[in-house]
Amino acid sequence: MKKGLSKTSLNQLITYGIVIAAYIILQALRSAGMMTSHLAGLLVPMTYYAIAAVALNFCVGILGELSLGHAGFMCVGAFSSAIFSNVFKETLPGGLRFFLAFVIGIAVAALFGFLIGIPVLRLKGDYLAIVTLAFGEIIKNVLNAVYLGKDSKGFHVSMTNSMALGMEEDGKVIINGAMGINGTPRDANFTIAVIVLLIVLFIVQNMINSRDGRAIMAIRDNRIAAESVGINITRYKMLAFTISAAMAGAAGVLFSHNISTLQSTSQYFGYNVSILILVYVVLGGIGSIRGSVIAACILYLLPEMLRSLNKYRMLIYAIVLIAMMIINWAPAAREMRERFFAKFRKEAV
Amino acid sequence: MKKFKTIVSVTMAAAMSMALLTGCGGSSAPAAPAASAPAEAKEEAAKEEAPAASSDATFKIGMIGPLTGGAAAYGQAVQWAAEIAVDEINANGGINGYQVELKCEDDELDAQKSVNAYNTLKDWGMQFLNGSVTSACSIAVSEETKIDNMFQITPSGSAQDCTNYDNVFRVCFSDPAQGTASAQYIGQNKVASTVGIIYDSSDVYSSGIMENFVKEAANQDFEIVSSEAFTADSKTDFSVQLQKAKDAGAELVFLPIYYTEASLILQQADAMGYDPIFFGCDGMDGILTVENFDTSLAEGLMLLTPFSADAEDELTQNFVKTFQEKNSIVPNQFGADSYDAVYAIKAACEKANITPDMSVSDICEAMKTAMTEITVDGLTSVGMTWEASGEPTKTPKAVIIENGAYVTAE
Amino acid sequence: MLSFLQYLISGLSLGSIYAIIALGYTMVYGIAKMLNFAHGDFIMIGSYVIFTVVTTLSGGSIPGLLVAIVCCTLIGVTTERIAYRPLRGAASPLAVLITAIGVSYFLENLALLVFGSDTKSFTPVVSWSGLVLADGKLRIQGVTIITIIVSIVILIALQTFVNKTREGQAMLAVAQDKGAATLMGINVNRTISITFAIGSALAAVAGALLCSAYPSLTPYTGAMPGIKAFVAAVLGGIGSIPGAMIGGLCLGIVEILSKTYISSQLSDAIVFGILIIVLLVRPTGILGKNIQEKV
Repeated sequence: MKKGLSKTSLNQLITYGIVIAAYIILQALRSAGMMTSHLAGLLVPMTYYAIAAVALNFCVGILGELSLGHAGFMCVGAFSSAIFSNVFKETLPGGLRFFLAFVIGIAVAALFGFLIGIPVLRLKGDYLAIVTLAFGEIIKNVLNAVYLGKDSKGFHVSMTNSMALGMEEDGKVIINGAMGINGTPRDANFTIAVIVLLIVLFIVQNMINSRDGRAIMAIRDNRIAAESVGINITRYKMLAFTISAAMAGAAGVLFSHNISTLQSTSQYFGYNVSILILVYVVLGGIGSIRGSVIAACILYLLPEMLRSLNKYRMLIYAIVLIAMMIINWAPAAREMRERFFAKFRKEAV
Repeated sequence: MKKFKTIVSVTMAAAMSMALLTGCGGSSAPAAPAASAPAEAKEEAAKEEAPAASSDATFKIGMIGPLTGGAAAYGQAVQWAAEIAVDEINANGGINGYQVELKCEDDELDAQKSVNAYNTLKDWGMQFLNGSVTSACSIAVSEETKIDNMFQITPSGSAQDCTNYDNVFRVCFSDPAQGTASAQYIGQNKVASTVGIIYDSSDVYSSGIMENFVKEAANQDFEIVSSEAFTADSKTDFSVQLQKAKDAGAELVFLPIYYTEASLILQQADAMGYDPIFFGCDGMDGILTVENFDTSLAEGLMLLTPFSADAEDELTQNFVKTFQEKNSIVPNQFGADSYDAVYAIKAACEKANITPDMSVSDICEAMKTAMTEITVDGLTSVGMTWEASGEPTKTPKAVIIENGAYVTAE
Repeated sequence: MLSFLQYLISGLSLGSIYAIIALGYTMVYGIAKMLNFAHGDFIMIGSYVIFTVVTTLSGGSIPGLLVAIVCCTLIGVTTERIAYRPLRGAASPLAVLITAIGVSYFLENLALLVFGSDTKSFTPVVSWSGLVLADGKLRIQGVTIITIIVSIVILIALQTFVNKTREGQAMLAVAQDKGAATLMGINVNRTISITFAIGSALAAVAGALLCSAYPSLTPYTGAMPGIKAFVAAVLGGIGSIPGAMIGGLCLGIVEILSKTYISSQLSDAIVFGILIIVLLVRPTGILGKNIQEKV
């Protein structure tokens, strides 16, 4: 038992080690001026997609429920924090404001996760997946139609257009419907993103090895057996789903504070983005937290690194994706690998 | 299982290093030694190296737009037109005697990827940016060009916020200009007394024009009887929007949208026997060139556009001919805006005597003044000038489609 | 009242398109138990083939459709062989879902390279303009009527095929339990190949009708109708062929009516909201069977 424990904690430490080592190397390269500005600009997005992938993996791999709506949680996290930051842009100092933006983004995403979890977690399998997709699309569609303004009298909300807000002269439109939020302070940087990633990893890895985590995984493996030993199914499912949503919200906060414009449209928060995050999770290995981080980084970088291929870029990306999936997942490919390694081991002995 | 993980990471690492290699190969190879220095804003280094390298130095223009994905048609039009402009300039001796290089990067209509594309171009040594094609991407990139003090001219980023900074100019009309101008045109020429609107509520361009149109309509002598939206996720069926406009008795339907959706709207209106006046903005240009489209459906369509592919002047005809030869389609206003953007860069460079060995920031400073002093006779307008705010001064031209061709409306 | 009827007819025309796509979707989904995200792109490829035959080569609509059916069948079977079959029996059913997304990217970007990004206007396969009732106040488009007839024919044909033929029975067996089917002497690979062949051929038919009703064609034409048809298939009950048809029609009608009477801006949200409510009341869709959980 003791040996087992040290093995898991070693495994955890390796994950932190990889992230910290990657951080140190990349920062060193950057400060030495050896990094292209292209790569430097990719660091933060890469990290927030890694966070989103860890969040989704917690839902898919640990809780065992397929969610296709995690982009929706990113969306609420991004919007709520961006609203906050825009309102207090002049009145609060940068560091404190960004910290509070995180608190708000995470809290709102968690609240949405909780509320959506109540109906969703009663369903199973593909039906659950499609309902999460539906919620994600609803969030995106509704935020796309919202107008929010602030003047001396307080906040004004409208669903028609910005004139309908009825604001005074000094009023400022914060969410301008489809045009979204412009001018969010760009508080995010690579260091903060990596710290958030480490915190998320810490929470997930400790959660997995805790009493709660074991209960959640017991539900995943056999719901009826878990219920019969007295595990409160609803409570643990809700707990895991809410945490997963909150972490996706944190990724959303980084998203909205890394770029000055934020719109609630398909290319940022549609179901296809949820699926993109799922690609990271599956390629990295379902249930493997470290795998999610690595896969998210590689798959985010891949199309960027293929830029020199011009118009063939996305075609090659698609082929690489299919090939990687078959190499990593096909039973035949696995068998071949095992045979190869068995031979290798024999020779070594 | 552990072995499996090792294999996974090895495969991934291999894939990544391969990708990194191809990425580096692509970006570093064409970079001339003199040009890579100003990109990193190391002005001193540039000054030292410049004299030796100046004879074979080139101007580097970057272009960003959606080259894949649903908006690829617009991005590719900008890319191809810019290529034509650059080829022409090079064939005629370049700018101030220096040849021009062009590099186009894809942003997939995603603001973050647009910034990534900008950074790639910066690494390449870009000195002028012709982009981004779409509004939201252009706004996001302008935050970066502001910091780097890089000259940016967006061919078609029409949202008001695109030109928030003094280093950003645009070729197209702004959304407010188009929305207001459309409402004024309809009101002053008494085109109709009841107006219906169909717009794309998930699109920045469309919502921007719609909002300004509604604002100005309050001052005009017509009434908006229906205003219906569609979104990027449901843009095949327009029967409801059309039926509502019809039931409300709209004599004119205002379509501040792109021609792709408009072609469907015209077909569906025809199928349901509804025949109002349709009125569009510059995004409507291109409707006559949709392959296999029954142009008789567009008969009587009015639009405010700065460009028409069948204009008689020599400049337009040559451009359209070259564009068609190269890409086998007729260019639309996205292409025309991009072509003018490249020539505006050329004119301003010549005005300010800019040379490629200057730093990005110095070029930008010189361009800021020069842009306000030049006059460009382009595809989208004759005698275009720019204000320091970045807005072009040109008047939208109202055209009406008769016998499958644009005719200037009175 | 008349205007309500007209809206209902509009809903029916949109719904019939969703239904015919959903039929092909549910075929693969119900039997191979895999979500073929690339199905919408098979539709797009089929439409481009018809467009090429009809417009560029000036062949007729019917030869175009036949060529498209052959092409789509080949693409479907090849895709299954190369990209999906190796992953059968993988540790997680999600693996093949991700590959399907890869195939979807691949087909879209291939079409972008081959056919270009510009919109093509599709010549409708159905040239009949339709019925006009009640002094021109009610219009039913020809393509709507044809689509509904074709959907019903396909529905009956599929039901007969699945229930009455040996191959169909084999499909049902594979859908139930691949291992047991193998033991009974059924060639699982062959059966799934046939499923893909049928599903892809239906995609070509759906493409022809989709683009006849909404005649604009780009490399991304199939993506959104594809996902909506998937939603329709789930709404009707996964694996149920009549369910796919009913789900498609319901989805179309709900979409049009919510646009009409509630909000055109929020219609997507309303449609998905109704989907959620239906699934909460009937957790396995309208016609889905409730499978008892075994201990």
